[in-house]
Amino acid sequence: MSQSLDEITLQLKRRHRQSRLMKWLSMGALGLAGLFLVFFFTDMLMKGLPAFQQAQIQVKAHYSEQASKMPPAAVDEDIRDLVSRGWLRLIPRQIQDQPKLLGTTRTEWVLADGQVDQYLKDHPNRLSEDARARVDEMVAQGRAELRFNLRFFTSGDSKMPELAGIMAAALGTVWTMLVTLVIAFPIGVMTAIYLEEFAPDNRLTQLIEININNLAAIPSILFGLLGLAIFINFFGVPRSTPLVGGMTLALMTLPVIIIATRTALRSVPDSIRHAAFGVGCSRWQVVRDHVLPLAMPGIMTGSIIGLAQAMGETAPLIIVGMVAFIPDVGGTITDAATVLPAQVFTWSGEPDRAFVEKTAGGIVVLLAVLIALNATAVLLRRKFERRW
Amino acid sequence: MQTHYLLTLFGGALSIMALSAFFLGRAKAARERSAGRAMSAQPDQYAWFAVIATVGPALTVAAMGAFLMLLLQARLATGYLLTGSLAIAAFGLWSGMRQVRPNFHARRAIERVIRWALVASASISILTTFGILISIVFEALRFFQLHGLWDFLTGTVWAPGNSFLSAAGRGGDSQSAAQFGSIPLFAGTFLITAIAMLVAIPVGLLSAIYMAEFAPRSVRTIAKPTLEILAGIPTVVYGFFAAITVAPLIVDIADHLGLDASFNNALAPGVVMGIMIIPFISSLSDDVINAVPDSMRQGSLALGLTQGETIRDVVLPAAMPGIISASLLAVSRALGETMIVVMAAGMRPNLTANPLEEMTTVTVRIVAALTGDQEFESAETLSAFALGLVLFVVTLALNLASVLMIRRFREKYRVNHL
Repeated sequence: MSQSLDEITLQLKRRHRQSRLMKWLSMGALGLAGLFLVFFFTDMLMKGLPAFQQAQIQVKAHYSEQASKMPPAAVDEDIRDLVSRGWLRLIPRQIQDQPKLLGTTRTEWVLADGQVDQYLKDHPNRLSEDARARVDEMVAQGRAELRFNLRFFTSGDSKMPELAGIMAAALGTVWTMLVTLVIAFPIGVMTAIYLEEFAPDNRLTQLIEININNLAAIPSILFGLLGLAIFINFFGVPRSTPLVGGMTLALMTLPVIIIATRTALRSVPDSIRHAAFGVGCSRWQVVRDHVLPLAMPGIMTGSIIGLAQAMGETAPLIIVGMVAFIPDVGGTITDAATVLPAQVFTWSGEPDRAFVEKTAGGIVVLLAVLIALNATAVLLRRKFERRW
Repeated sequence: MQTHYLLTLFGGALSIMALSAFFLGRAKAARERSAGRAMSAQPDQYAWFAVIATVGPALTVAAMGAFLMLLLQARLATGYLLTGSLAIAAFGLWSGMRQVRPNFHARRAIERVIRWALVASASISILTTFGILISIVFEALRFFQLHGLWDFLTGTVWAPGNSFLSAAGRGGDSQSAAQFGSIPLFAGTFLITAIAMLVAIPVGLLSAIYMAEFAPRSVRTIAKPTLEILAGIPTVVYGFFAAITVAPLIVDIADHLGLDASFNNALAPGVVMGIMIIPFISSLSDDVINAVPDSMRQGSLALGLTQGETIRDVVLPAAMPGIISASLLAVSRALGETMIVVMAAGMRPNLTANPLEEMTTVTVRIVAALTGDQEFESAETLSAFALGLVLFVVTLALNLASVLMIRRFREKYRVNHL
């Protein structure tokens, strides 16, 4: 077992090298994850940002008698194929609504066809050589350009990419989240209060606790099966509606809110409770007037995070049918609806290449909302967090 | 429309009764008190008790009645039911007012009611689990009556084929019989899960080691929330990313290497799913490694081990139950993941070990079966529930094993916050 000093020095060097290697390796792993994040967000932004712009072209629109019967007649023949058919289709109705328009010719900026839009953005497109030349000429004359795509934020779904927007889905998301919040927040907070403040430590309580932890880890698609079999088939809640979607998501969000609320309640020191009991409060009064207000920031943070999670959820909603095609903005909690992630899913399945951009645009909006929600949660926590 | 009208009427009447209960109760209690009698509760508490007595039983009866009607499929009695509930509310109002007496402990009574309300909401989480179990088991049993359990578990061909025709009574001899052998689906699921774990466990664990053992405080405070962003990205977004960006990339690379890859290859969803799961593993492992007592590190360093050796030979073995627990949770999450595979993996069941080929998973088939145009009674639709049952059982087992592991760790090192 005798080793010379040199050998030991060498050995030591090797061991330290191994140690450093481990450090660099683990650093590299973290760097890899960070690198992926950067790659992912750049990719999404590169793909999604063009969706916020839309090609428009300047045309002479003839609101003639003929155009009210046959809309394509409203524009000159040489640019007819460059104008969005969705816009052309609306001409008869426009003339009907405003009879003054009839017989006039106006120079207007109108929506260009989806292919022109893709051409101007240098994306793959199906424009013919001839049409490309004409578009190039119009660009040179300043009669065709990319403008901010307001329609993307204000209209519902459409089979024509240049007309499709996220408003209907956004509204569906708002309704669904409202239902989710109204159901999950009170029930979740009450459950947590019971478990933390009221429940005796017995078998039943332990069962509930294990059960909640387990619910938090059940695949979300199984909640969809529950929604389908129990809410839709048994209780007869109308399919595809924010009501049934919200109820399903509420059950999924429940464990998140319960666990967050319990942590918040537990962080309130017992001295507060003792003081309140000491001046004669009943248990409920202690909770309502002293513990709950102090725990509120933590509860809000947890609920917002749970809500953000529910907002990005798609699988259970597909099962309960919330992937409907909703061209009109509006509708209530008992009308068929779709939500933002489901809209993203529907668009991603469209064969038209122009929808890739729309999908990524929808994703950018969704991610922005989610990041804003999570940032709010973090800020809330920073602002109100109290160390006892 | 009729029901909406009735419900509005009912709600309005009940609100008015509740309001009058509150104000009448408070007025009566105040009168009693100003008459000089010693009351055992505050006027507001009597008022609230009166409100509870008015609304509580009425709502309970209305809800129970609605549930019964649903069970018996009766639709006519809504009006009677609501009128009955209102009568009960009126009775509740009257008895609530009678209870405004000096020797009645309104506060304690409220306390009892609240306690029951809390118990009721706590039981909803249990009901949810039962709901999932019941909804899946019953439909799955119906499926197993049509197609045997043994065939389902051991068959190697998944071809729902024309089962919807036979459900519609048109199943002739000419059609090939539908086959529901789930092995190809499970093989696909496990392969994709394995790929995900190959990405997630090394990266997640090493990140956790770096954050817990090497990183300076400033890096840690930034890195942890940044990694959490990965967990917050919706799965549908990952699915799009896998299908549009990663899959073509893999096909390109495979082309360069002279391999043939499908655009629906299993590698793309597997890798992306692995990235999604990194924070699950890193976050929990980080907590566990931090919970390993410092005395163990100090002892090891004092014996002359390098930092790397301390981590490898002392910290990691001590943290192993927690790390395994995190990995089990991650596996359960990967098995049940739906959107990534729906969007990026294939639809065609394919029994192969080549990750560059197209294959499908359990969750993909569940979604496919339930979003098609089939009759609900058809074998294909019901098969979704059979697949769901297996998924439920497997993930439940994994979750429970994970809980047991982490409990062992917690007891060994007396950590309470995990």
